[in-house]
Amino acid sequence: MVNVQIDGTWMQFPKGTRMIEACRQAGVEVPHYCYHPKLTSPGNCRMCLVQMGMPPRLAPGQEPEKDEDGRTKIQWMPRPAIACANTVADGMGIRTGGELVDECRRGVMEFLLINHPLDCPICDQAGECRLQEFSVEHGNGVSRFVDNKVKKPKNVDIGPRIRLDDERCIMCSRCIRFCQEIPEDDVLGFTDRGSHTVLTTHPGKKLANDYSLNTVDICPVGALTSNDFRFQMRVWFLKETPSICTGCGRGCNTILGSREDEMYRITPRENDAVNSSWMCDHGRQEFQLLSNERRLTDPLVLGDQGHRLSSWSEAHQTAAAGLKLLGPEEIAIVASARMTNEELYMVRRLAAHLKTEWVDVVPRSQEGDDLLIAEDANPNSLGAKLVLGLENPGAKLADIKAGVEKGTIKAVLAFDENLIGAGFEEASLKKLAFLLNTHLLANPTADVAQVVYPSAGFAEKRGSMINVTGRLQRLNQAVQPPGQVMENWEVLRDLIQALTGSNGLYMIEDVFKLMAGEIAAFKGLSLTKIGDLGVALLETEEKVPLLEKERERVAKGLIVG
Amino acid sequence: MGDITYKAGREPHPREKRLIFRNVDREGWDTSIDCAMKDGGYEQAKKALTLEPKAITDEVKTSGLRGRGGAGFPTGVKWGFIPPTNTKPVYLICNADESEPGTFKDRYILHQDPHQLIEGMIISCYAVGAKLAYIYVREEFPEAAKILEKAIGEAHEKGFLGKDIQGSGFDLEIYVHRGAGAYICGEETGLIESLEGKRPYPRIKPPYFPAALGLYMSPTIVNNVETLCHVKHIMEMGGEEYAKLGTPRNTGTRILCVSGDVQQPGYYEVEVGKLTFGELVNDVCGGLKSGRKLKAVIPGGSSAKVLRADERFKIKKGDDEVEIGVEDIPMDFDTLMACGSMAGSGGVIVMDDSRSMTWVLNNINNFYAHESCGQCTPCREGSLWMKKITDRVVSGGGTPSDIDTLAGVAKNIDGRTICAFGEACSWPTSSFVAKFRDELVASTTEENAGKATTPEAAAQRRYLKAEPVA
Ligand SMILES: Cc1cc2nc3c(=O)[nH]c(=O)nc-3n(C[C@H](O)[C@H](O)[C@H](O)COP(=O)(O)O)c2cc1C
Ligand code: SF4
Ligand code: SF4
Ligand code: SF4
Ligand code: FES
Repeated sequence: MVNVQIDGTWMQFPKGTRMIEACRQAGVEVPHYCYHPKLTSPGNCRMCLVQMGMPPRLAPGQEPEKDEDGRTKIQWMPRPAIACANTVADGMGIRTGGELVDECRRGVMEFLLINHPLDCPICDQAGECRLQEFSVEHGNGVSRFVDNKVKKPKNVDIGPRIRLDDERCIMCSRCIRFCQEIPEDDVLGFTDRGSHTVLTTHPGKKLANDYSLNTVDICPVGALTSNDFRFQMRVWFLKETPSICTGCGRGCNTILGSREDEMYRITPRENDAVNSSWMCDHGRQEFQLLSNERRLTDPLVLGDQGHRLSSWSEAHQTAAAGLKLLGPEEIAIVASARMTNEELYMVRRLAAHLKTEWVDVVPRSQEGDDLLIAEDANPNSLGAKLVLGLENPGAKLADIKAGVEKGTIKAVLAFDENLIGAGFEEASLKKLAFLLNTHLLANPTADVAQVVYPSAGFAEKRGSMINVTGRLQRLNQAVQPPGQVMENWEVLRDLIQALTGSNGLYMIEDVFKLMAGEIAAFKGLSLTKIGDLGVALLETEEKVPLLEKERERVAKGLIVG
Repeated sequence: MGDITYKAGREPHPREKRLIFRNVDREGWDTSIDCAMKDGGYEQAKKALTLEPKAITDEVKTSGLRGRGGAGFPTGVKWGFIPPTNTKPVYLICNADESEPGTFKDRYILHQDPHQLIEGMIISCYAVGAKLAYIYVREEFPEAAKILEKAIGEAHEKGFLGKDIQGSGFDLEIYVHRGAGAYICGEETGLIESLEGKRPYPRIKPPYFPAALGLYMSPTIVNNVETLCHVKHIMEMGGEEYAKLGTPRNTGTRILCVSGDVQQPGYYEVEVGKLTFGELVNDVCGGLKSGRKLKAVIPGGSSAKVLRADERFKIKKGDDEVEIGVEDIPMDFDTLMACGSMAGSGGVIVMDDSRSMTWVLNNINNFYAHESCGQCTPCREGSLWMKKITDRVVSGGGTPSDIDTLAGVAKNIDGRTICAFGEACSWPTSSFVAKFRDELVASTTEENAGKATTPEAAAQRRYLKAEPVA
């Protein structure tokens, strides 16, 4: 530990702490553009300049001068130092304000703005732009610049999902470093020099890697914008809901950006046990499904003329009627490892009421990568295993399918899965006495189901899931579902009620409580206790490749982490 | 020097002391190794390889040699910065990127005496423990690269490079690397990045001091061409003897490149500090052009602060403080520093009273705006801004307040950048404004205030005043 004086107060920090992090821990945010704790520090923006001092070097025999506290007086250096890349040392003093520092910040702000287009009114970054923020805090009220600005390419198509405005770029190189250091796809770079420097892609290449949109997040200005979000919504109108991505088993922590029950974007939220500060591009597009034209918005019941809209109670009555005549051996439940633990728990209760042993989920695997994308494409496989008591998810599917074909299974309840996509034959499904399908979207299984329930999407509901490393995490509701759509656990509750006539669950918290009473792993937990960062629930062998790499880079001192 | 004859019209001035430039313009001299060896070439390398490496570094420390690349840092001290616990390979790089305006010395060594450099490098590499060395040659010197390649080949053939040099057990390879065509490639960490195949973006120091974390993050010694040549002569003379050349703390000889308004501009190798600026101009360079008066001098390459002809300086002489004029300044590192400028790279730019300081400053600003690498904010934006202002002032569109803005911009760059280019580009402006303010202001007119020269400028100006815009 070393003693460091920050703005007059002495504190202790571990050796090697960057000055900017020491200041942060002391409660002082040093303004910065190029520094990002997860990336290397080139020290190029010069926004983080602070004044630094050290104990004076003494001549032999000379006694150091002491201040009132008996500490060696600091000799302040006339030149400012960057706080982002320099580390603290014993006896060091840091001033994050004062004449020199204020002047440095004003100077850098002025330099950054003289060639900036200042098209804030039409810029998507406005409202969350560091240039705007630091202008307010540290800039000048007026400009001394009267000459022509440097002209650069605008609206450049640099990849399938991103556009570049080179005039807005402040050349902090965050995006370049991100591409080099995280996805190791070195496609971005600067060409030309001086104030004419432009960011561009390598000739013949595009910024198209699976993590490209992270550059948009870390770009401190509006130089990089996402094609999806461009010109869609002023950011200050967005409601921010912390949640998790359900795109694969990783469960990257996210922020859902919505306004008035419409989703506009998903951005990553830092969680150093899951996704660091990043997420993949696929996960960000998940919300597009919520407004898909094939979205189901009301319960449907099959009649002579095909499906017709129904009320929830009619749909539940129809389902109950369809199931009541059948024995436990004749009913199968195909649930989904995309469902939350709470929904799966309601499935478990339903299965218990129906006394069926035929319960399984549809496994889903994909090619993972060596960063975040998991091989398990389902977000809650471990939850399904735990809550439904499945040893090997998907193991019973073949038997269920065979039973359906043979006619021994006469009813199937397919929750959030399209059976036809999972290998069931349409013809054999048509032979079933009763088929229920809940789904977000119209799908071939729903086409032949007697009862169709619309599902709520991930941004429309609350609940919890367990990711591939065994971490229990929380989904939160950002928007209200459309039409008559209800949260799925409520739908399942009502179905059980229609079958049994009894049930007293009113809140999802109650579901969790019941579940925690029945399943040991959840004991002592509640949705509140899961918190925004989740809790490590199950031991697994799974490592997060991206985090392993970051740890190595921290150990080498390349990044703060 | 008695037996050496120089080409007619190219004879050294009697006040010169030719060590490094001994063979430059020499009659009958060529770049072959045979020619060099007939003249004692590689004898010092042979001698060095029989010594302890540390003994060589000690000789260099004793010699007091200071780097000739610009900063004047003591060479032996720099060599001593390689961490004693180092286990990585050590590299030596010869900085032959010579591109500071006003500087033209290294090119003559490269073009006319490559073996002197190679010999200096062998000795230096042996001293610092480098088995691999690079000569980073300015892109605009294609001939020099060819000459060096040939010379390195010859040195190989004669067993001065390669494995087990002269039976000493010491291995060394030297590679020529063509520069990337930018001034910033001469800044040592920019050079290292460039050598690694990247854009020459200078690195932040700390932590990337080359002697500890240089080429491929290994200890690297970067020295100027002339500096490395001096090592050969220190080997020959011994550090103590070498230190008798020049003046205390400013030892040896150095090549001054005089350009501008003198009768005989050119390169002159003199003992450091043994010549005043007045003697240099009047005796060695044949004086100013006829009928002209001295107006200003930039004494150490374009980035050094300008000195005005009528300035007076207080400097220490022994224990006393004396006041001197420009012509009395001895051309050494310490005195020029004490006078508020620097000896830099040895480029002495002399300006007489025919020169417009506004034009000169604009010319310099043009260079720096073109050469800023653009990595860090103050230099990237500031260098071009200063150029734009002086562009406007020289073309008659300036206002008196522009001169204040110039000074303000320069101040906001100085000391706040990644590399010393920040100082290099701001010192001309800050010193010109400080010393020729009246002349600069006289190139502007009050009427231009608020006047816009282009539609874009008109749009800019709308936001200048807090008053409502019509
Ligand atoms: C912008 C800039 C350009 C430079 N260009 C050169 C150059 O062309 N040649 C050179 O020897 N040193 C140049 N230097 C100095 C080098 O960074 C380095 O200090 C020098 O090569 C060290 O050699 P020395 O110790 O022998 O002087 C430059 C420095 C800066 C800041
Ligand atoms: S990047 Fe920031 S400052 Fe620039 S136009 Fe956009 S919002 Fe305005
Ligand atoms: S595009 Fe954005 S992140 Fe990339 S260098 Fe420019 S300002 Fe920085
Ligand atoms: S000071 Fe200038 S040349 Fe040096 S790194 Fe910064 S922008 Fe580049
Ligand atoms: S944050 Fe950019 S230089 Fe420190």
